[in-house]
Amino acid sequence: MEAKKVEDKSPWLGRSIGRLEDKALLLGRGRFIDDLGAPPGTLEAAILRSPHAHARIDRIETARARALPGVTAVLTGKDIEALTAPLLGVLKAAAHSFPIAIDRVLYVGEPVAIALATDRYIAEDALDLIEVVYEALPPVIDPRAALLADAPLLHPGLASNLVSDRSFRYGDPESAFAQAAFRVAIDTRYPRNAATPIETYGVLADYDPGADAYDVLSNFQGPFSLHPVIAKALKVPGNRLRLRSPPDCGGSFGVKEGVFPYIVLIAAAARAAGRTVKWIEDRLEHLAASSCATGRLTHLEAAVTGEGRILALDWDQIEDVGATLRAPEPATLYRMHANMTGAYDIRHLKIRNRVVLTNKMPSGLNRGFGGPQVYFPLERLMQRIARKLGLDPLAVIRRNLIAKEAFPYRTATGGFLDSGDYQGAVAAALEEGGIEELYRRREEARAEGRLYGIGFAAVVEPSVSNMGYITTVLTAEERRRAGQKSGAQATATVAIDPLGALTVKVASVPQGQGHRTVLSQIVADIFGLEPEAVSVRADLDTAKDGWSIASGNYSSRFAPAVAGAAFLAASRLRARLQRIAASQLNVAADEIVFAEGRVSARGNPENALSFSRLAASPHWAPQSLPQGEESALSETVFWTPPQLAPPNDKDEINSSLCYGFIFDICALEVDRVTGELRIDRYVSMHDCGPLLHPAMVAGQVNGGFAHGLGAALFEEQVYDGEGNLLTGTFADYLIPTVKEVPAPMVLHRHTPSPLTPLGAKGVGEGNAMSTPVTIANAAADALGLDEVTLPLQPSTLAPRLYGPERRRKEKTLARGRDAVRE
Amino acid sequence: MPRLNGERRHRIAFTLDGKPVSGEAEPRLLLSDFLRHVIGETGTHVGCEQGICGACTVEIDGRPSRSCLTLAVQVEGAEIRTVAGLAAGPETLCVLQEAFRARHGLQCGFCTGGILVSLNALFRDKPEASEAEIREVLSGHLCRCTGYVSIMEAALAAQKRLSGKTHA
Repeated sequence: MEAKKVEDKSPWLGRSIGRLEDKALLLGRGRFIDDLGAPPGTLEAAILRSPHAHARIDRIETARARALPGVTAVLTGKDIEALTAPLLGVLKAAAHSFPIAIDRVLYVGEPVAIALATDRYIAEDALDLIEVVYEALPPVIDPRAALLADAPLLHPGLASNLVSDRSFRYGDPESAFAQAAFRVAIDTRYPRNAATPIETYGVLADYDPGADAYDVLSNFQGPFSLHPVIAKALKVPGNRLRLRSPPDCGGSFGVKEGVFPYIVLIAAAARAAGRTVKWIEDRLEHLAASSCATGRLTHLEAAVTGEGRILALDWDQIEDVGATLRAPEPATLYRMHANMTGAYDIRHLKIRNRVVLTNKMPSGLNRGFGGPQVYFPLERLMQRIARKLGLDPLAVIRRNLIAKEAFPYRTATGGFLDSGDYQGAVAAALEEGGIEELYRRREEARAEGRLYGIGFAAVVEPSVSNMGYITTVLTAEERRRAGQKSGAQATATVAIDPLGALTVKVASVPQGQGHRTVLSQIVADIFGLEPEAVSVRADLDTAKDGWSIASGNYSSRFAPAVAGAAFLAASRLRARLQRIAASQLNVAADEIVFAEGRVSARGNPENALSFSRLAASPHWAPQSLPQGEESALSETVFWTPPQLAPPNDKDEINSSLCYGFIFDICALEVDRVTGELRIDRYVSMHDCGPLLHPAMVAGQVNGGFAHGLGAALFEEQVYDGEGNLLTGTFADYLIPTVKEVPAPMVLHRHTPSPLTPLGAKGVGEGNAMSTPVTIANAAADALGLDEVTLPLQPSTLAPRLYGPERRRKEKTLARGRDAVRE
Repeated sequence: MPRLNGERRHRIAFTLDGKPVSGEAEPRLLLSDFLRHVIGETGTHVGCEQGICGACTVEIDGRPSRSCLTLAVQVEGAEIRTVAGLAAGPETLCVLQEAFRARHGLQCGFCTGGILVSLNALFRDKPEASEAEIREVLSGHLCRCTGYVSIMEAALAAQKRLSGKTHA
């Protein structure tokens, strides 16, 4: 192998180098949670789950199960309740919630009992021997029905299923609506779907009675604001709950936040059994009872001028969180609060937010988190305004976009849009995306009687969540009493070992996003090294590593926040090493340069020493450090941006730090015979600032697009009227394969954020927000639809294509009768 | 096949990635669980246990198969190849693996092992497979991270390099 020349490749950041993560993964040597082994004597858990959406538990008979050879214990809700406290929620009114049913079940799939045995097969055998006597109660599945006065009540301790009802007013919406030439309204329903990572949940838990402490390994992804929730539920102080993550994790997309109730459940089971307990969720469990996105019913109205300028918006949102309001919900409803006006300059708005409980799986983090639910009605409305006013939909979008000169832009709800050039990005997307050609194709197709449509969406993609935004659900008075919450602390440590090699540790807990590679690039650039020389740990051990409540991998916070924190920590360590080198090389510290594995005086490469020798010196000879210089063995940075303040008394909140921009174009054709949707071209323009690793950004955009496409065309957690889950396997809950996902044309602009150390913004979730509605707008254009309901399956389009099914049956019958008569 | 007793474990032996292995299995034990938890070959992952996601795909006597739909006792005497047996050595990547690394054909890597096993068999048995045939094979594997774009690119790049080698 020829020697690598470092100088040809620096700077590393911004280049799509091969990932440090990949070799082990490709060789089948990854270290996922179920690969790591367990201590001798570990018991495996299987969970008995409710077949009812709503029922009282009269009796659980476990004797036969306990008598099965190999079974150590069978635990019910009462056993777990004795060892735990309820899971704390964001709202005081949040339902009294345990990770297992105590005396009532509230959704199909809710845990009812746990069997612990020498292996999973025997534990599942034991489940068959448990007898549960239920008394069925009427369920409520539809969120509107759950709001009715005579609706079945999910939690008897609450007055109704409506657990939160807040109204907000910004600017002067009443006057704007009174003055507007037009009112345009839309009603939408966003389906409950789930990102379904291919690796399911896993928990390995142990309890140490000597220290009254839990040690839990799980593929939990954060936010670590749930660490206190888990500790409180297990009734131990935070320093008696050690949460660890495995080195590799098989995807999450937000969903692995939802493992936290199972951490409580399995940890309590380990304590009850006096043994280490392991639980690996299976796919049936995952689809029924892990976590999914909220469903949202929205009524949205706009006050519009004759030219299509929007003066005000009036939002009425009903959030379906399922059976219990699990932390951090109702965060899905509030994450977008700063950008409820999207990419548009709209100064007046009203918002009513209601949160309702139904007998379905509880909701949680899911890629896009609130974005799909907001942008679906907002961008559908833009198209409706154009249709109603007889305008070009593109013209309506462009007329309302925030002007480049207006940045940084303060939104009506308190958001601080850090940077952007929306008009420029749209113009570039139309040009590079070939809009004229697409218009021509549409014209030709329609001339031939084919169903061809073009849709657009302009989306602001928030990243780095403000830990205080969730408290917008409380009144100002309630917030004062509860204590203000804010910020988004990111943590990074850069440390040197006695051979002068660098290790970076961050509390980012990735699930395949390549964090280790990017951090190695950042640190290699700072110290003039090769990325392979830098070791990176991104998994977290709460007992040993630096972390805070915002730690974890969510809200697309890696590139803007975590990578920035690592950059700052490495820069500080470099400054220390510069001073040490200066004393050894007898030059001023700012004359010290790091390159090609050496540290030298600027302009005098002979006056140099090797990086590893310099970096190791504080270990071997601390006395030789220059006067006043502390040790330089490691640097830890806790970084939080000052722009993330708590909500103020006017309920203004900057819910995220960075706001990227996306403009999508979809051209598609609907097959008149089969109703199948075929995407002709999909263009996705992104402005997420500088790209730290272009291939990884492409991976995030392509992956987010596939999730958005799945949401648009296939995916929904469907329940029947009795609350039975109809999509409980991958044969029913369809996710797109390589045959259904076209390659989108991905374009970029690079407006840096002035608020992040590297200028980067998040990019992981945007297409989950933009793609469902862009496809819906294209389908609406193709079929001349006013109403579009996702997922757009051929069966839902059939009435539009062929007329109502009943009439056709009657026609067929009539034809049959005629035939018989003849 | 001998008659098996559901109440007890049976000794089974087969060839795994070119080496003989053996262990004890109840008749109901899945091959995926046997490989992972009895042998310790954890490169084969389990994503659904319903034969749909494809993560657990291994080669059984030359044919890609779902190890989650196969009982361990069924492979007595068989030749099994997993992702861990694709490369020439335990620390070097084969052409296919190298293409996935170069083209960023993976993110979390959980589904990747099954994909590599399927593509390895396809390119060995049908080196000139068309893009549509590659897609057909890949449609038996669910990936939630990549959107498949880079997987297709990696597959095509690997095929090109492999066929180049064949013709050389």
